[in-house]
Amino acid sequence: MTLSNPVPPGEGDGTDADLAVESATVAATARSPWYFRLPVVSHLRRSVGLQRGMLITGVVLVVGLLLTALFAPLLAPYGFAATGVDGVKFGGQQPPSAEHLLGTTVTGFDVLSRVIWGTRTAVAVMVCAVIASLFLGVALGLLSGYVGGWLDRVLVMLADAIYAFPSLLLAIVMSIVISGGQSGAWGGIMAAAISITVVFVPQYFRVIRAEVVRLKAEPFVEAAKVIGTGHRRIMGTHLLRNSTRTLPLIFTLNSSEAILTLAALGFLGFGIEPTSASEWGYDLNRAMSDATSGIWWTGLFPGLAIVAAVLGVTLVGESINDLNDPRLRTRRKRSRAQRKKVTA
Amino acid sequence: MTTGLDTEVENTPASTPAPRRKRSGGGLGRYILVRFLLIIPTVFILMTVVFFLMRITGDPITAALGGRLTPDQLAQRRAEAGYDRPLIVQYFDYLGGVLQGDFGMSYTDRTPVTEILTTYGGATFELVVYAVVVALVAGVPLGMIAARTRDRWPDAVLRVVAILGYATPVFFVGLLLKLVFSAGLGWLPVAGRISTRGELTMGSILNPSPFYLLDALRLGRVDVLIDVASHAVLPAIALGVLTGGIFLRLVRTNMIGTLEMQYIDSARSRGVSESRLTTRHALRPALIPIVTVMGMQIAMMLGGAVLTETTFEWNGLGYMLAEYMKARDYVAVQGIVMMLAVIVALSNFVVDVVAALIDPRVRY
Repeated sequence: MTLSNPVPPGEGDGTDADLAVESATVAATARSPWYFRLPVVSHLRRSVGLQRGMLITGVVLVVGLLLTALFAPLLAPYGFAATGVDGVKFGGQQPPSAEHLLGTTVTGFDVLSRVIWGTRTAVAVMVCAVIASLFLGVALGLLSGYVGGWLDRVLVMLADAIYAFPSLLLAIVMSIVISGGQSGAWGGIMAAAISITVVFVPQYFRVIRAEVVRLKAEPFVEAAKVIGTGHRRIMGTHLLRNSTRTLPLIFTLNSSEAILTLAALGFLGFGIEPTSASEWGYDLNRAMSDATSGIWWTGLFPGLAIVAAVLGVTLVGESINDLNDPRLRTRRKRSRAQRKKVTA
Repeated sequence: MTTGLDTEVENTPASTPAPRRKRSGGGLGRYILVRFLLIIPTVFILMTVVFFLMRITGDPITAALGGRLTPDQLAQRRAEAGYDRPLIVQYFDYLGGVLQGDFGMSYTDRTPVTEILTTYGGATFELVVYAVVVALVAGVPLGMIAARTRDRWPDAVLRVVAILGYATPVFFVGLLLKLVFSAGLGWLPVAGRISTRGELTMGSILNPSPFYLLDALRLGRVDVLIDVASHAVLPAIALGVLTGGIFLRLVRTNMIGTLEMQYIDSARSRGVSESRLTTRHALRPALIPIVTVMGMQIAMMLGGAVLTETTFEWNGLGYMLAEYMKARDYVAVQGIVMMLAVIVALSNFVVDVVAALIDPRVRY
């Protein structure tokens, strides 16, 4: 261990010796170049068989989602609120054809364009909601766990009450509060993001607080206190960096939940106006009456888009979780590794 | 005689030694009581949060009638309803009402919120019960199969199915079901709880209950029964798929855990058949976490019920909630949300008690 490369306590100094296989893989990844140590890449290298398939499918879907969102203006044949081109109307409920690969909606929007533009809304809400709840939840959890006392008790009670509440209902209440229902593009995205944030904050809060309470009693925190380290530094360095282990899982789970909540809000009519941005949930709401008369293309494609987006994010999160948990990791790989060790 | 002696022997260690044992020994009644009392702060916090959140932006009258009245008329209406008083006074007024079982009056159709609950709550309850049945019937056996065939192809397929069940929004499942079974094949009705003809027949029944299936049974008419049941199939599946996927995964993960236990090996060595090992020895302990998770599921299912009811125009609380939201009737919205919060808190309590009864370790 060199001075230029400090190792956080509990990781490099041999305390994990009982988990021989685990530390072997950690050591293996620690030696490899930096790009192999990135979260998803290192998991991909460790995975095998079905688990690898799931992870790859997830990564492909997520990358596809992000690329589509990025290049939406180039990919989409028409604008998300266009009902015609050069003064010629598309016409409502047109079945899929050469001009409209996925048909048109009741209002005469091009379904393909709306599905493609919808990725932007979904990604924007997902990113805003997850980042906001991450920062808020982690900050509150750190503070609550470290300070303790009445502040801790009040925050825990509040978080528990919110956690027990149906998240969709809470999001509905929040969206009423923020936007009074319908709103424009960024207003709507922010409203949805904040509504979802309120639902998620307790989850981060709980995890971080529990970790902080546990870590607070560790000798290295006491040592830091003894040498006169400030509260801020203890919270920011000693506690924060050691309590973030479970965050990636909540992070991915929340990302997929954010897309679902956004779609649910849109479906109930509490989303973004169709002329300010494209949103899959709203489109599905409008497609519901079409289904009765057997018009399938207006609802099927926005729905599939939701499923693909949520599936991608969930698969990545699930696989990372399974790979991090030695009990759930596919057994074949472990037995093979052990066998190799025996022969060597 | 022997039983008397047994209780004597049992009693002595419980009453004499360390206080820790004593607390865990006689604690069930106390645990239930404490757990019950904990509902009060939870519900209280939720009511406070929801009340103040809904009032941050303004009063319900401005929300409902904002654009349609002149400012003077609006001010007059607000004064009549008492919305011009300080917020804190309104809050205590509302709280006082809630304590007397009065959740306020909806603004658009002047119905007490408690009446809305009793009228439409039954329909939601019925739907949730069907969905739980669907979820259990589908989720538990499939989870068992997945655990038995771990890491082989049936497990792979089932895991993907479970994740798909989670990733597909309820309303999209509903749309697909409608497209296939209603519009496509024409087997099942598109929406609603009962056909108009069935409703007329049902009208003849004395003191009708909110549960259509029970009423149809009481009526003893097969055609009405089929009518009611066929309306319930698609909504129950749509809502059940969501929870079924979660049950599948829970059973799978827990059974993988229990299948590796040594008592399974010991039972196998005694010649217990594989099917009995799976269905009895490994399944029972794996079911305990399901009971606990059910509590969380009820909160999620109520959220899902809002979406399912809107999809299938199922006349329940969720459907009404969406309707009142469209009408900007925030008194009713607040009331229904609050009611659902109380239901969730109560069902969590019941689940915790059941979990404590099943598993003696869950007492604190």
